[in-house]
Amino acid sequence: MKRYDLIVVGAGPAGMSAAIEAAKHGVSVVVFDENTRPGGQLFKQIHKFFGSKEHRAKVRGFVIGQELLDEAAKLGVEVELDSTVIGLYQDKEVVVRKGSEVNHYKGDAIVVATGAAENMVTFEGWTLPGVIGAGAAQTMMNLHGVKPGERVLMLGTGNVGLVVSYQLKQAGCDVVALVDAAPHVGGYGVHAAKVARTGVPFYLSHTIKRAEGTDHVTGVTIQEVDSHFQFIPGTEKHFDVDTICVAVGLSPMSQLFKMDGCNVVDDRKRGGQVPVVDDLGETSIPGIFAAGDVSGIEEASSAMIEGRISGLAAASYLGYISEDEMKEGVGANEHALDGLRQGMFAPKNRGKKIEETEEGIPVSKSLLLHGYVADDEIERFPGVTHRVGIHPVIECTQNIPCNPCQDVCPKHCIKVGDHITALPQLEPDATCIGCGLCVASCPGQAIFLVNEETEPGYAEVTFPYEFLPLPEKGQKGTALGRSGEPVCEAEVTGVKRTKAFDHTAIVTVKVPRDMAMKARFFKAADAVAEA
Amino acid sequence: MGTRIAEHPILGVPEKGKLVSFTYDGCTLQGYEGEPVAMALKAAGVMVHRYTAKKHQPRGIFCAIGRCTDCVMVVDGVPNVRTCMTPLVEGMKVETQYGVTDIPFDDVDGKGGGAA
Repeated sequence: MKRYDLIVVGAGPAGMSAAIEAAKHGVSVVVFDENTRPGGQLFKQIHKFFGSKEHRAKVRGFVIGQELLDEAAKLGVEVELDSTVIGLYQDKEVVVRKGSEVNHYKGDAIVVATGAAENMVTFEGWTLPGVIGAGAAQTMMNLHGVKPGERVLMLGTGNVGLVVSYQLKQAGCDVVALVDAAPHVGGYGVHAAKVARTGVPFYLSHTIKRAEGTDHVTGVTIQEVDSHFQFIPGTEKHFDVDTICVAVGLSPMSQLFKMDGCNVVDDRKRGGQVPVVDDLGETSIPGIFAAGDVSGIEEASSAMIEGRISGLAAASYLGYISEDEMKEGVGANEHALDGLRQGMFAPKNRGKKIEETEEGIPVSKSLLLHGYVADDEIERFPGVTHRVGIHPVIECTQNIPCNPCQDVCPKHCIKVGDHITALPQLEPDATCIGCGLCVASCPGQAIFLVNEETEPGYAEVTFPYEFLPLPEKGQKGTALGRSGEPVCEAEVTGVKRTKAFDHTAIVTVKVPRDMAMKARFFKAADAVAEA
Repeated sequence: MGTRIAEHPILGVPEKGKLVSFTYDGCTLQGYEGEPVAMALKAAGVMVHRYTAKKHQPRGIFCAIGRCTDCVMVVDGVPNVRTCMTPLVEGMKVETQYGVTDIPFDDVDGKGGGAA
């Protein structure tokens, strides 16, 4: 039986981070993963991450994934792929199946970072080909370059449902509706807003009645539900679709802990059956650690930090570093983790109804009901101001831990402050030069440049654009409002792509002056005719 | 192959391996070497991977990461192969699975797929 200091189960963001941190201190590590590629779900995350510099904010997930793999390779971390861990037994014995072979390994410490699996809801026709998990859609389009379908309905408005809907549009699919049985959008408002402004309607307090088709999906009927989630008669709505995507949450894959006899609890706030762990991720069995989604559903950013913490703790448990060294390393990581666990969407706030921002501003009701901030709500947020000349309009209306806008502005126009969840605002004396870095860098795509009068009667609005084909200068079309409804005619006056924008183009359109605070997206003339 | 993404705004032009041929229920199809069999089938417009043993209901790709086993087919004569996890190889023989065999229910008289 082969022996390692540390065996890590799962080569996703948490597992790789744990392996890296332990290997840095001389620990011999092996990582087992059942997939043919390491990196877990990171390579399907093509959006820019939230957070601050220490969390790799504004970097796209798959880039972070590649950096992790490079770092691990440099440190000589052994990664065994196509290797499914099928058992974790007493005295830290790990059983691994590779092909038709089963091998036993012995670890002196174990980090389990198996992640999470998608939840499902059942409805008539839910087993028809064409009903897929949102993760499956990401796998198809972002890993393998295959469209999941032509016309898609998304069930679930958590961050996964919102982000995947946006990614479906990026892949060239038509998203016909975003549906959720809950009365409010569950994910970040900015993720909802960037989908809504492209014209995707939101149906809250609705769920799927039935999927239609004989051999595969050809349509779907949704229906409104009351506050007890019972169907309201006569509220059915039908859509012709070939794909139904389901994004109704994740559950930790914690089976290995049960197998080994660790204490496991049912914790709804953490997403289901999770091991009991201390601050270092150590379970009730000394030397067995949990990191990432398996110990509570969060984001990849927090999984990476939890991984680093458990890697340090394992190194200390094994005697490679002193407890003081471990505590020093863990302290810095805990600070970073704490930063990510602040704000309206923090784990501690799950299920709470939040009426006001930290600044005491009433939250946008329209954002929660329809996916976009209404025109008569937007002006109450601190990033939305009127000025002479070009200036950023920051439509960031919920307290989330994120501040790249503050770091990226060369003229220091935008201030979040030390409190990372504060709503960004404009510095009164700073002068915007219209470079567009804030527009391209905002992971929520919530920043616009507005010049309220470029010539008599006309204004210019600049917004981020991550779709193909890219509009061209001089092209005429329609400006869409935050709701995705057409608001006026528009002409493209500029399209800018630079390396620093990292594949986010910024598009400027000329609109009538009174539309400066309404126009937020552009549809080319021929595209409007098609729709 | 209408469902292949030609160019992606963030990922650019997808990198692909060698184009290879394989058979699906006897028809010759093409896909890229090393991509999951399920992706090659999806790109070719195949939706149904198998029919269930008892109720003969169709199943296709559901999770695409090897969890759900809805996408299993008979590959090179072996049933219950997760096509979303199995890399495509030149000359592979991929067949719709009926129950646990490659014999359509209508062809079976008291044995094979329908009996399971």
